[in-house]
Amino acid sequence: MYTFSNRLKIASIVLMIVGILGIGYGFISSPSTVEEAKAMVAADAHGHGGGHGEGHHEEVGTHHEPKVTHHAEAEEGHHGEVAHGQDAATHSSHDEHTLSKLQNRPWAAVLIAAFFFFMIALGALVFYAIQHVAQVGWSPLLFRVMEAISAYLFPGAVILYVFFVLTSAFHMNHLYIWMDPEVMAHDGILQLKKGYLNIPFFLIRSAIFLAGWVLYRHFAVKNSYAQDEANDNTYYRKNFKISVFFLLFFFVTESIMAWDWFMGLEPHWYSTLFAWYVFASMFVSAVTVIAMVTMYLKSKGLLEYVNDSHLHDLAKFMFGLSVFWTYLWFGQFMLIWYANIPEEAGYFLTRIEHYNLVFFGMLLFNFVFPFLVLMNSDFKRVNWFVMMAGISILIGHYMDIFQIVMPSTVGELWSFGVPEIGSILFFLGLFIFVVFSALAKTPSFVAKRNPFLEESKHFHY
Amino acid sequence: MASHYEAPIREPLVTGEKSYHDVTVDVAAPVEGRANKQWWIVFSIALVAFLWGLGCIIYTISTGIGVWGLNKTIGWAWDITNFVWWVGIGHAGTLISAVLLLFRQKWRMAVNRSAEAMTIFSVVQAGLFPIIHMGRPWLAYWVLPIPNQFGSLWVNFNSPLLWDVFAISTYLSVSLVFWWTGLLPDFAMLRDRAVKPFQKKIYSLLSFGWSGRAKDWQRFEEVSLVLAGLATPLVLSVHTIVSFDFATSVIPGWHSTIYPPYFVAGAIFSGFAMVLTLLIIMRKVSNLEAYITRVHIEYMNKVILLTGGIVSVAYITEFFIAWYSGSNYEDYTYLSIGAATGPYWWAFWALIICNFVVPQTLWIKKLRRNYMWSFICSIIINIGMWFERFDIIVINLSKGHLPSSWSMFSPTFVDVGIFLGTIGFFFVLFLLYARTFPVIAQAEVKTILKSSGERYKRLRDSGNS
Repeated sequence: MYTFSNRLKIASIVLMIVGILGIGYGFISSPSTVEEAKAMVAADAHGHGGGHGEGHHEEVGTHHEPKVTHHAEAEEGHHGEVAHGQDAATHSSHDEHTLSKLQNRPWAAVLIAAFFFFMIALGALVFYAIQHVAQVGWSPLLFRVMEAISAYLFPGAVILYVFFVLTSAFHMNHLYIWMDPEVMAHDGILQLKKGYLNIPFFLIRSAIFLAGWVLYRHFAVKNSYAQDEANDNTYYRKNFKISVFFLLFFFVTESIMAWDWFMGLEPHWYSTLFAWYVFASMFVSAVTVIAMVTMYLKSKGLLEYVNDSHLHDLAKFMFGLSVFWTYLWFGQFMLIWYANIPEEAGYFLTRIEHYNLVFFGMLLFNFVFPFLVLMNSDFKRVNWFVMMAGISILIGHYMDIFQIVMPSTVGELWSFGVPEIGSILFFLGLFIFVVFSALAKTPSFVAKRNPFLEESKHFHY
Repeated sequence: MASHYEAPIREPLVTGEKSYHDVTVDVAAPVEGRANKQWWIVFSIALVAFLWGLGCIIYTISTGIGVWGLNKTIGWAWDITNFVWWVGIGHAGTLISAVLLLFRQKWRMAVNRSAEAMTIFSVVQAGLFPIIHMGRPWLAYWVLPIPNQFGSLWVNFNSPLLWDVFAISTYLSVSLVFWWTGLLPDFAMLRDRAVKPFQKKIYSLLSFGWSGRAKDWQRFEEVSLVLAGLATPLVLSVHTIVSFDFATSVIPGWHSTIYPPYFVAGAIFSGFAMVLTLLIIMRKVSNLEAYITRVHIEYMNKVILLTGGIVSVAYITEFFIAWYSGSNYEDYTYLSIGAATGPYWWAFWALIICNFVVPQTLWIKKLRRNYMWSFICSIIINIGMWFERFDIIVINLSKGHLPSSWSMFSPTFVDVGIFLGTIGFFFVLFLLYARTFPVIAQAEVKTILKSSGERYKRLRDSGNS
């Protein structure tokens, strides 16, 4: 029986409050008029230094106008044959462009953090389903941990859905340019995609997959607890079955989710690999968090039968999935870089030009560091080593989601400051609060009647 | 209860009352016995096909590549289709021996040896095509970066076709080493059982003086694990590089970022199908029913279902993004409305039916545990996967950017003859293998006999062990 320690509870609440203040500050300080936006850009260029790379400031300051004009053109007119009335070169449209990008910033910050923690819960649920389907012998001892982490799925899904309703139905931001009827009316390319990129369909799709994932989580956990008290394997079999169908459902809906929420941020761009790439990021982060929570609970003496072999296995997954993520990152990047077709290459152009350090720096966190640290078999059994690699992986995958969202929404006007940190803190606080509250409600940390429990208890590698 | 514990709901992997000695005898029997008439008949057919294919290859090289059905628009067709098909088939072997080892799947023990043999033999077939599809194959050595007298003229490392050279040759060498290392204890077993001096001599040479000491075994295990760890990224990267041949280009339908993982999934899909085709026959003719059981077939079918699912999602993705891209050129790619209704509609639908519709039947437990249906299904999948590569290559090339260069492809008897020849060559090698090599890794099966053997499971259940 775990009690949510007061210290941790207070810490999570403090995180949430500080986070809310940060998010609020982000919204208050974002400009509401074109004049304010211009002033902000000017202040940013001439004022305090630091931030993120010198080249960036210079661009924003001196060469700002021609650059942005060029981008606007590239974004809207890269299919030469499509005529649209918008004159991107005029000053007023450029300034509005700047304004909407600056207004996007707090929204994008929230989206990144909200999705980052949501994907951890979702990834943990997928890992959990795979453990059932593959009849894994070592992991049943960790089922309660995975179930608790996935408890964040429901609040996370609600927040995301509200976010998307505000974004689409209420047009409260400009994250998705296709949701702007003005843009839609003038963009020939986007009109071709109208059958897919329209607000009601977008909201229905999101509702379906969020509901599907949450429902699976609900029934899987229910059955898992019921199995504890059962006399036979009925609930185990039920969970096996629904896990198979969940994985099937997840695989298809995850693709749609990635297209809708992230590829849709840059609706002129497309990449077939994109959805699987997002999945790799999700999955490795989730396994990392499972390992971290397991280590924490073990240090509290709660996971009696969990030994360093279990940790070793989790660390192996962290290692392997980090490499897998890198493989997909490279596959997507290299193929687009190699062929250099303008329709696609623009995506990486912004990232390399304005997000160089983030875009390539994340490889250090996501690949190089975990690769070197987790290569050794002995190190994978040392808690603080795995913890270190885990922190690196989580930072790296936050950067990954950041570089997916920010360049498409805020563009070259990005920075990492109060709104971003505030969003991270708020969702981190909420995540800790929900997950550890769920752990506190867990009656037993051992899935008592799981048919593979004995194997898991005797597991040694 | 012994120190070992296994959940009672796991199905036994070795059926019958087998002891260690029985395993040895059963595995050695095909090697120690004489070939029967059927073996000779099948071997002769394969040999004839092989020789016919060889003739076609010699004819091509001596006359010119124009004897094939290629044209100026479609410069790759059966040659590269067959190449990718054979490489793909080879992937299941490495998957079974390496990836399933990393995932501690005990059932791999009975199938890994033949799967690896299949890898080696199919990579050999695949390796023929990059050479024979060259216009001047006698200059093939120019692809290697060797110092020379042309002012040390080197290769350009930017081409995926060059990466193919490195990928395939590395893949073949590593697979060969991995396979051979695993064979050492089994060759030693054959050596120790051999009665004829000639056989004894041969197996002594092949087994490298394996004596099975504790230290040897410990290192053997470590080497296997390291090789499995290396072979897993290798197997992914090899077919990835094969996929780069297409994906790095700017041809509509070829240029797609999903190709690397999608090709790998397809490779495992077709490779497992081929393993099933071979093993369902082998378990019967070599009397290995106790080792390659219904459960093995079912597990393999599950892997097929999984990888088939991955491939299907990739199809949906390709289809969707082709539409979503808004590019007119994507209307004629191999997974588009244009392909489904165009002149290659039959190839499109062959792919959908063989790779998507038919494998879905394996969701039904009765069917995936049925030998006959598994066998039929596995052959259908391999036909489907051949069509997948054909569609990717030929349909995408046939309607490119310029309508004035649109074209159709029809193969000549030489195209077909070479393909049949490689199938013949493959079976020549495989049939020889089945009579001279221990087709089941007996040393490995012995390690799971007491944990997963039917007899021992029963003893454990009754509490008498």
